[in-house]
Amino acid sequence: METFLQQLFNGLTLGAVYAVVALGYTMVYGIIQLINFAHGEVVMIGAMVAFTIITLLANSGLPPVAIVLIGTSCAIPVCMIVGYALERIAYRPLRNAPRLAPLITAIGMSIVLQHVAMMVWSRNNLAFPQIIKTETYDIAGASVTNIQIVIVILCLVLMGGLLWLVHRTRLGISMRATAQNPRVAGLMGVNINREIAITFAIGAALGAVAGVMVGSYYGIAHYQMGALLGLKAFCAAVLGGIGNVPGAMVGGLLLGVIEALGAGYIGDLTDLCAVPWLFAGLAARCAAGEHISLFGSNYQDVFAFLVLIAVLVLRPSGLLGERVGDRA
Amino acid sequence: MPHVKSQSHHLMRSPVLAWVGIALIAVALIALPFALAQIGTAWVRIANLAILFALLALGLNIVVGFAGLLDLGYIAFFAVGAYCYALLASPHFGLHLPFWLILPIGALVACLFGVLLGAPTLKLRGDYLAIVTLGFGEIVRVFLNNLARPINITNGPQGISRIDPVSIGGIKFNTTGKVFDLAISGPMKYYYLLLIVLIIAIVINIRLQNSRIGRAWEAIREDEIAARAMGINTTQIKLLAFAMGASFGGIAGGIFAAIQQFISPESFVLVESIMVLSMVVLGGMGNIWGVVAGAVLLSFVPEILRYTVLPVQNALFGRAIVEPEVIRMLLFGLALVAVMLYRPAGLFPSAVRRRELAKADARLPA
Repeated sequence: METFLQQLFNGLTLGAVYAVVALGYTMVYGIIQLINFAHGEVVMIGAMVAFTIITLLANSGLPPVAIVLIGTSCAIPVCMIVGYALERIAYRPLRNAPRLAPLITAIGMSIVLQHVAMMVWSRNNLAFPQIIKTETYDIAGASVTNIQIVIVILCLVLMGGLLWLVHRTRLGISMRATAQNPRVAGLMGVNINREIAITFAIGAALGAVAGVMVGSYYGIAHYQMGALLGLKAFCAAVLGGIGNVPGAMVGGLLLGVIEALGAGYIGDLTDLCAVPWLFAGLAARCAAGEHISLFGSNYQDVFAFLVLIAVLVLRPSGLLGERVGDRA
Repeated sequence: MPHVKSQSHHLMRSPVLAWVGIALIAVALIALPFALAQIGTAWVRIANLAILFALLALGLNIVVGFAGLLDLGYIAFFAVGAYCYALLASPHFGLHLPFWLILPIGALVACLFGVLLGAPTLKLRGDYLAIVTLGFGEIVRVFLNNLARPINITNGPQGISRIDPVSIGGIKFNTTGKVFDLAISGPMKYYYLLLIVLIIAIVINIRLQNSRIGRAWEAIREDEIAARAMGINTTQIKLLAFAMGASFGGIAGGIFAAIQQFISPESFVLVESIMVLSMVVLGGMGNIWGVVAGAVLLSFVPEILRYTVLPVQNALFGRAIVEPEVIRMLLFGLALVAVMLYRPAGLFPSAVRRRELAKADARLPA
């Protein structure tokens, strides 16, 4: 039971990060039906910028929370510029091109961003300075840190803010109008290009926050950290129903929990010693108390993709998504 | 495209000229490794890798260029072929099957993997399919890395070493041999072997493109619904594209394992998939000669840069500021972006593709 709770908490934290990254994918997808493949790289840049600022200020005597806030608020504008540049350079000229064209430029841009980051920040793992003291709380036998709690709460706040923005503000209305029908929205006086650019910038800002979250949770930043994170967040967005803001949240948290529980239990589930009659040769080793698992927790990365394939095959619209027509 | 047509007619009308041209190219290709060996054996190896990548690019071209399905996990099939060869011809399991037997096995197994991936996913729309294939590539790599326990199949991250080199009819391909006083080194032998395989692959591709299947692929790429209305079993034909592309990858993988004599999961990462894709995109999706040219170009240019940029940097700054590896990757990334923006049909576009993309430009926003 303790293992279960522990994995659940870890999964929720991880899921909160996925959810915030997934918001970036889902917003862009919602407005122009494009997979912003380079979004993971934006998250990475956010983590890197925050790393630089936090390292610079680590010994300045400022309160730790202020340092992290300054780091984040430096990362956000940088990421917004990167997001905007992505849209201008790689996506806008191809808005009416066949679907695969922007996907290919996105891959190109993500390689470029990765290697530019590598030139700037080196190819090593960069350790975030541990300025915030980690406090551990005990909940029913499982331990939870203050950082984990902050990450989950922050994720909920961002999510709420985004929902408010999309549904209650003028900007949100014009964004939704653009999503529904760009041409008609344009005729109604909505500046489509501006709305799309703003969407990218907001997605990138969320990415920056997610980057700081990952950095402070794992304590490490790396120039390739964005690729896998981005992919999993995309899986989360699809799981929740891509284009749907609450969906990204649900998908992210769910995927985080699936991954954590999967990694925690797959060893026991595929323990060959549970079925000793199948493998007579193993009986002796099992009797000695050994556990011979077919798969271990090192298969964690596989779950996200299995979930993705399962969702796309069984329910392509995701958990909360509406059925979208085939626009290929 | 009237001018293209008249050009090809012109070539056909003078068969003598065409044959002279082919003979000249053949002589140049046969002499090439000797010329490269003068600069250094390393360059012969680079030429071999270029041909290997051309093989891969041709395979991916079937999927991406002919059928219009973006596959971002293509390197997985290359990995499957390579591991097939490594397991069946190395001391790891103590098996030493002959080259010509393993190559078809590798192709077949890779083909099975292609069907395995394609069957559940081919109903998906293009961009989703791309992400799923990417996930598939990652899954294969995770398995290669971890299938060392509880039964050691892939030997994990250490990879498999001491793989048997190619040996056909008593000729060992990894040693230097002599033909009429002419020393032919191991890499040169592999060059000729690869060249023959490449020519066969090109012929198969050309025949495929003009076949009933090739036309069905093209129809699906242009308009899947219309293709279905014309009586094409789209799922089956798309699956066939996946299987065909995968078997090319499997064959290339087998040869790769034999040449390198060592493989590890590190050779089969996402970046490699993207590299092959860059070659296809740069050369012109769907254009066989363009794809081969793209592969050769993107294999050689980074190496040439490696040998020129480093000394220049050393002379200017006294040390290397930008590593050649980084330059290579930046080049790939920028090539993908620039080609899609300015020459979406590739450097050497196929006529159909050019028409299609020109038409797409005129399409109204969805």
